[in-house]
Amino acid sequence: MAVAKRIIPCLDVDKGRVVKGVNFLNIRDAGDPVEIAKRYDKEGADEITMLDITASHETRETTYKTVESIASQVFIPLTVGGGVRSIDDIKRLLRSGADKVSINTSAVENPDFVKEAADKFGSQCIVVAVDAKASSQSEDFWEVVTYGGRNRTGMDVLSWTQQVADYGAGEILLTSMDRDGTKEGFDNDLVFQVSNGISLPVIASGGVGNLDHLIDGIKVGGAEAVLAASIFHFSEYTIKEAKEAMRASGIEVRF
Amino acid sequence: MTQVVVIDYGMGNLHSVSKALEAVSVSETITVSSDLEVIKKSDKLVFPGVGAIKDCMEAFSVELKETVLEEVKRKPTLAICVGMQMLLESSEENDGVEGLSILDGKVTKIQSSKEIKVPHMGWNQVKFLKEHPLLKNIDDSSFFYFVHSYCCLSSEDALTETIHGERFISSLAKDNIFAVQFHPEKSQTAGLELYKNFLDWSV
Repeated sequence: MAVAKRIIPCLDVDKGRVVKGVNFLNIRDAGDPVEIAKRYDKEGADEITMLDITASHETRETTYKTVESIASQVFIPLTVGGGVRSIDDIKRLLRSGADKVSINTSAVENPDFVKEAADKFGSQCIVVAVDAKASSQSEDFWEVVTYGGRNRTGMDVLSWTQQVADYGAGEILLTSMDRDGTKEGFDNDLVFQVSNGISLPVIASGGVGNLDHLIDGIKVGGAEAVLAASIFHFSEYTIKEAKEAMRASGIEVRF
Repeated sequence: MTQVVVIDYGMGNLHSVSKALEAVSVSETITVSSDLEVIKKSDKLVFPGVGAIKDCMEAFSVELKETVLEEVKRKPTLAICVGMQMLLESSEENDGVEGLSILDGKVTKIQSSKEIKVPHMGWNQVKFLKEHPLLKNIDDSSFFYFVHSYCCLSSEDALTETIHGERFISSLAKDNIFAVQFHPEKSQTAGLELYKNFLDWSV
């Protein structure tokens, strides 16, 4: 008996529709977020993450409405991220029915925002999303990048995740920008180093192409949870199949 | 018609609790309120709580605290997460906070390690120690969703236990009070079943 490893399908939402591209290009439509969330809930997803990938002022109201519809029909935890910049944004998302909010760029630009948010709403609902890019110079250095990978910060992922842990983050959503959309599997060295360095749960993200990749993220990377998008959206695999494969490899999962 | 009131003292996400109750209600009315008269007139109470315990305790006005203490003693009450912790004697969180001492037990920090992550976040099994009407039609050792950094390690009122590094009390029951560390509103089928049992529960 132990806490089960989680499978988290991720909905990348643009103007109220789920989309998924390769390295943020070639975006293709994957459907209505509420319907997809309901399907995942039925299939046994442990949580759902929704990322508002445009996050402009014009689309914000649509996002709140989508969050509200998902939250009133799906009774598993819902994390919402994308363009979260202020305490008010967090309040609005939590009121709309999000259980956790994921902060990325605004945490890098103002680390105290993590502290303030955790003090106000509790660590349990503050997820810090970290986008990492491997360095060509050193094997053990990953750089924090922002704005969907367009901006390099020079910051070390390992010290950054330790810092946000100290600032009260409740969880780390760790995405390898080198692997995202490639279907080559997680960057498990990265996942292992981050997971080993902090006592917070780490969600591995970026690069899942098959079920073995999910298993490796937990067994090799040491992640508490694995996040994937396209392998589930386009029905290559169901969540149930993923869980069966994980259980068969000796990982504790919830059925 | 049965009136169920989710007590709103300004803390946490009450939306998910009330939506989950609405999803299983047949004829009950679910209201989220901080109005003393509404709380007094209710038939059943839900006492949620999320975030830091000190903020939760401080969010109570003196009148609201008095009313809740009075009402919780005689109405079927379901306390959730920090709501559960507030009903115990004390908590180590925020350098020590006094609880309402309605249930037996103290709240302490979960010990973390490389393997034992804190917050204890995710789905874990709930092992029944006794029978209770609120556990009807739920399998022993079902998974429920947890998210907390503090827990109660022992209590005379223990009803279920769960292991995260250490064994801790995942729910307590005493007379008309049922208190859970986990979040039934986020625990899919098993959680909705528990809410249904709460609505059906007569003490």
